[in-house]
Amino acid sequence: MANLDTMMPPVTERSNILRWARKNLFGSWTDSLLTVVGALIAYWAMRGFLNWALNVAEWEVISANMRLLMIGQYPIEHAGRLWLWLGFLVFLAGNSIGIWARGSRYAFLLLLAPAALALAPFGSEPKRWLVALTLTGLVGWGLGRGKPEVLKRSVIAGWVVSLPIIVILTHGLSSSETGFMPVVRTTLWGGLLLTFLLTVVGILFSFPMGVALALGRRSELSVIRWFSVGYIELVRGVPLITILFMAQLMLPLFLPDGWTLDRVLRAMVGITLFSAAYLAENVRGGLQAIPKGQYEAAEALGLNGVQTMIFIILPQALRLIIPILVGQFIGVFKDTSLVAIVGLLDLLGIGKTVLAQPQFLGLQREVYAFISLIFWVLSYGMSYLSQQLEVRLGVGKR
Amino acid sequence: MRKTYTIFTLLVLVALALAACGTAAPAPSGGDTVTVVETVVVEVTSSAPVVVAPTGYGVTLKAVQERGKLVCGVNSQVPGFGYVDANGNFAGIDVDYCRALAAAIFGDASKVEFRPVTAAERFTALQSGEIDILSRNTTWSLVRDTELGGNFVHTTFYDGQGMMVPKDSGFTTLKDLDGGTICVQTGTTTELNLADVMAAEGVSYTPAVFEDADSTFAAYAEGRCDAVTTDKSGLVSRRSVLPDPAAHVIMDVTMSKEPLGPMVRHGDDQWFDIAQWTVFTLFSGEEFGLTSANVDDMRASATAPEVRRLLGLEGDLGLKLGLTNDWAYNIIKLVGNYEEIYNRNLGPDTPTYIPRGYNSLYTDGGLLYAPPFR
Repeated sequence: MANLDTMMPPVTERSNILRWARKNLFGSWTDSLLTVVGALIAYWAMRGFLNWALNVAEWEVISANMRLLMIGQYPIEHAGRLWLWLGFLVFLAGNSIGIWARGSRYAFLLLLAPAALALAPFGSEPKRWLVALTLTGLVGWGLGRGKPEVLKRSVIAGWVVSLPIIVILTHGLSSSETGFMPVVRTTLWGGLLLTFLLTVVGILFSFPMGVALALGRRSELSVIRWFSVGYIELVRGVPLITILFMAQLMLPLFLPDGWTLDRVLRAMVGITLFSAAYLAENVRGGLQAIPKGQYEAAEALGLNGVQTMIFIILPQALRLIIPILVGQFIGVFKDTSLVAIVGLLDLLGIGKTVLAQPQFLGLQREVYAFISLIFWVLSYGMSYLSQQLEVRLGVGKR
Repeated sequence: MRKTYTIFTLLVLVALALAACGTAAPAPSGGDTVTVVETVVVEVTSSAPVVVAPTGYGVTLKAVQERGKLVCGVNSQVPGFGYVDANGNFAGIDVDYCRALAAAIFGDASKVEFRPVTAAERFTALQSGEIDILSRNTTWSLVRDTELGGNFVHTTFYDGQGMMVPKDSGFTTLKDLDGGTICVQTGTTTELNLADVMAAEGVSYTPAVFEDADSTFAAYAEGRCDAVTTDKSGLVSRRSVLPDPAAHVIMDVTMSKEPLGPMVRHGDDQWFDIAQWTVFTLFSGEEFGLTSANVDDMRASATAPEVRRLLGLEGDLGLKLGLTNDWAYNIIKLVGNYEEIYNRNLGPDTPTYIPRGYNSLYTDGGLLYAPPFR
């Protein structure tokens, strides 16, 4: 029999919201009754919230502090550098959608998101930047669609160099105030910017480290094996917050002569080390799922150990654990909010300082609701992208 | 075959370790990169002592001047005392003190980097030299003055635990609360003080304890208790966000001493003197009627010897502190006197209004009293 999931329904039954509603919500009189009762219950449960969100809430606290929530105390005169790398990322995203998501008709609509954000109450300058972002993304999309084969390599190269570009643009080059791209000290990094950087650095550096630890744990060389086991069990056995406290409270006491390690860097290292231990175990799970036949087949083909691992085992193992990996990356993203407890002004930390502004006292609900919304949108975005990736790579199908 | 694989793993680990070292470099600022490298080297060669902040007479001022700015540990979450305004600038009474100190040292109130520190890390940050001074609504106590390796400079705000009740309850003394319920945050000295004071007064009450300040005051607002207690500075800022602020009064009782002030490290008396006389300059500025608006005129026309000495027209008081002679003039000119700072952050025109009470000049019945400038 043909696979029923993949068979298209007859043309008349396809994608019509009225038809869908009639079939699913008002199919029979009992269905209709359940729909009406369900809607009433949903309204009753949400009534208080809706009334608050639309009538009571003073959203001015958000619009007045939008800049603070987004980039913290990052100097406004250098904010253009942040827009620049954001534009670079959006351009790459447009390229990638054009190249790899050709089949999907609506994927490019994602690129309109910045322009849609421009409708929100931002200042005129951010609005212009947001529109420019969308244009950049659409140009990238067009290029990607037009010349996919030519651009493929450079887009991949672009993604590889994007982190250094982000760090250099955010941090700056010249130590003098008047020089080219003056340095912006990390004490001024804050808001969503800091959350984003902590997350990206945490994910990108913990991933290779986790893979190495997973391989190390399966190594036959006992020194490496015991090191890996020891590291994983030690780090996994303590909460992230204690690692962050150690980094912020204990480490300075051991540094000689008043030298200080950058606080943001300390948090990044802490998050990376912590995440790597968890990742190692996830990767090990993937490695164990690869049947012995794969190793034997690789050997039969004349591949050596390194080649077997790189070309045969790891690709299959990593593909298997994509859902787990994404789950963990989302976890890292949300865990970064713990740095607020050690005094860094990330999205949550800066939210707390906004609450201390005398003219906005007592608006906890508005601020926390907004922060939750940002976390949800970005987490869901990561989850959605991973689902697309799973479909493309056929995870769970073969 | 297996061997190659393990060697490969080893290589990957080594490469990663190198990569981690390599990637650590770009994040800190240009100057700091060098320090990071040095740190590693020193740590390997010597078993360093635990507390290693720059100590000794004059070291801190020199370090600050070489750095070109003051690093000040502040709170970022207390209305009126230390917070970040919508433009991204720090504000508050503790923050303005840091600006005054920067004005004294550099003649430029903006040469200060504010470092938000949490309650837990503030003393470590001070000891390790990450901050030059701690100005973060910190209560002066014996343990902090000794064991924690700090010296309190002077009290800049006299706080104390107070009690807020609904106006229509008619309660005016603690005795009136006999048999009542009092909302209090758990695990704080506030809770212990309440128990001590009520035991001393012989008043029985039921404490309703909550994990954090928000839920404590939410419970009070819902009428779940007859009174709520915390430091007066907290009560005032919380009252302003109750549904009807005018319906609540703060009793005229003070249940604890909470002298708040800046703190410096042990071991550098010059730095202590500078920090302390900056506070006294703020007090004296108010006492002598010097404000940021009139200090230029006063400098041109002042005849009182002490004012002339304060403003650097006579004598060399500033030089004795290791600063320039116009240090006090700069404080008043660029930041203002104590009254100006107070009114800017906690005055009647702000949502965080706290009556001055003890925080008035001694001539007005308060506790602010500066030694003579001579």
